[in-house]
Amino acid sequence: MQILGYRRRDGRVGVRNHVLVLPVSYEVNAIAEHITRAVPEAVTFRNQHGLNQSGADLVQTRRVYEGFATHPNVYAVLLLAWGNEPHDLKGLVEQARRAGKQAELIALETVGGVRGAVREGVRIVRRWTEERAAVERVEVPLSSVILGTECGGSDACSGISGNPTVGVVSDLLVEQGGTSILAETTELIGAEHLLADRAATPEVGQRILHIVRRVEENAMKMGVDIRGAQPSPGNMDGGITTIEEKSLGCIYKGGTTPIREVVEYAERPTEKGLVIMDTPGHDIEQITGMVAGGAQVVIFTTGRGTPTGSPIAPCIKVATNSFTFRNMRDNMDFNAGDIIDGQATVEQMGMRLFALMLEVLNGKQTKAERLGHREFGIYRVGQSL
Amino acid sequence: MRTGKRWIVQNRLDDVATALAPLPAGEPILDVDLGVELRLLQDIPFGHKFSLREIAAGEKVHKYGQVIGRATKPIRAGEHVHVHNLESLRGRGDLQRFADGVREGKA
Repeated sequence: MQILGYRRRDGRVGVRNHVLVLPVSYEVNAIAEHITRAVPEAVTFRNQHGLNQSGADLVQTRRVYEGFATHPNVYAVLLLAWGNEPHDLKGLVEQARRAGKQAELIALETVGGVRGAVREGVRIVRRWTEERAAVERVEVPLSSVILGTECGGSDACSGISGNPTVGVVSDLLVEQGGTSILAETTELIGAEHLLADRAATPEVGQRILHIVRRVEENAMKMGVDIRGAQPSPGNMDGGITTIEEKSLGCIYKGGTTPIREVVEYAERPTEKGLVIMDTPGHDIEQITGMVAGGAQVVIFTTGRGTPTGSPIAPCIKVATNSFTFRNMRDNMDFNAGDIIDGQATVEQMGMRLFALMLEVLNGKQTKAERLGHREFGIYRVGQSL
Repeated sequence: MRTGKRWIVQNRLDDVATALAPLPAGEPILDVDLGVELRLLQDIPFGHKFSLREIAAGEKVHKYGQVIGRATKPIRAGEHVHVHNLESLRGRGDLQRFADGVREGKA
């Protein structure tokens, strides 16, 4: 099956053609905002991090920057820096250029401060937003698509309607040679044995059990039980009682195919098919990790109606019940609640959602995109120093 | 999976059903195929669970054909099942801390 996408010089396929202003630390958020206010066709986000990090935590943050700067949905990237961040910023520009992007770096201290950075940034970004029209959508195989799956604000319907519907989409995409990411390791607790049984190799099975044990042990080391956060108060209002119950509903998103690989947070899968990424349940950190890992599109089921999106990837919002679809109609793209209402089967809704995903890949804007939902958050694995 | 009615049992092994609409106390719950015949003892909010059988305190409770936790008190057929009578068995650092305390003679 073919879709219409942007073929990049590194062979990857984009479904959007964004000009991204990437602030590599919190020092320059205001500059990114000034630039995108002047050139609203460009996208940016607020970054809380980028300084006073070390070790594995710094490496992981860097991996997110690399994932965004080289992402196939990005046509051009402007790296904004204060100048003293602990990153090889010139190297990051080179990486983006090797991936076929227009890429520039503005370090605050080299342009006389904020005004100079904004003036220079607006000039560059405005030029890119004009030039990008020259790149046109062409026929590309659906197998080049990586889908990030996510459930946030789950309710008891998530495991009956929304997540099984996404599972059908995941299976259809994998059948076409594409890749689907299942994540949220916290929300695999209690269901990991079912996933390990579906691992393509014994090593993958061991790795699944390992990442779940690690997140569970980390929670237990704090001497608390995770019930304060998992399930969340919203989950509980929605009828979910325990993390096991939440997880068993959560894993439906992965469909029924074998699990080919387990990747680290923000790491790009090397295998096609269904893969697991080790992320937290935190919605924004998860979506950021999957997109940095190369996901060009995200399908996000929600029982309580969370509105969030991503700066560079379309996020399709799926309501798990009709109340939420109606109450959050500004934000919801799809109502899987028809299953709860007895109006459609999971298979029928899965086919419809797959068709919607194809439209979105071909350029149809999602609600989150139209409303400017561009949330960004990096999963930290070390303390700020 | 059975849909298109006011409640759902997701696996034949399950001890609980999920309400697909707000269900009032006294509502009859009948399913010949699953051998279920009871009346709800309490109002069950949309999306919440009720028990399909008598469950003893300490017994494991199943949904999706899998264990979702343990009953903390006896549960009657037709009773609301939620955080007041069902607890998770996983990620329980509070139990771990208690066990550590016992070992160190603090508890």
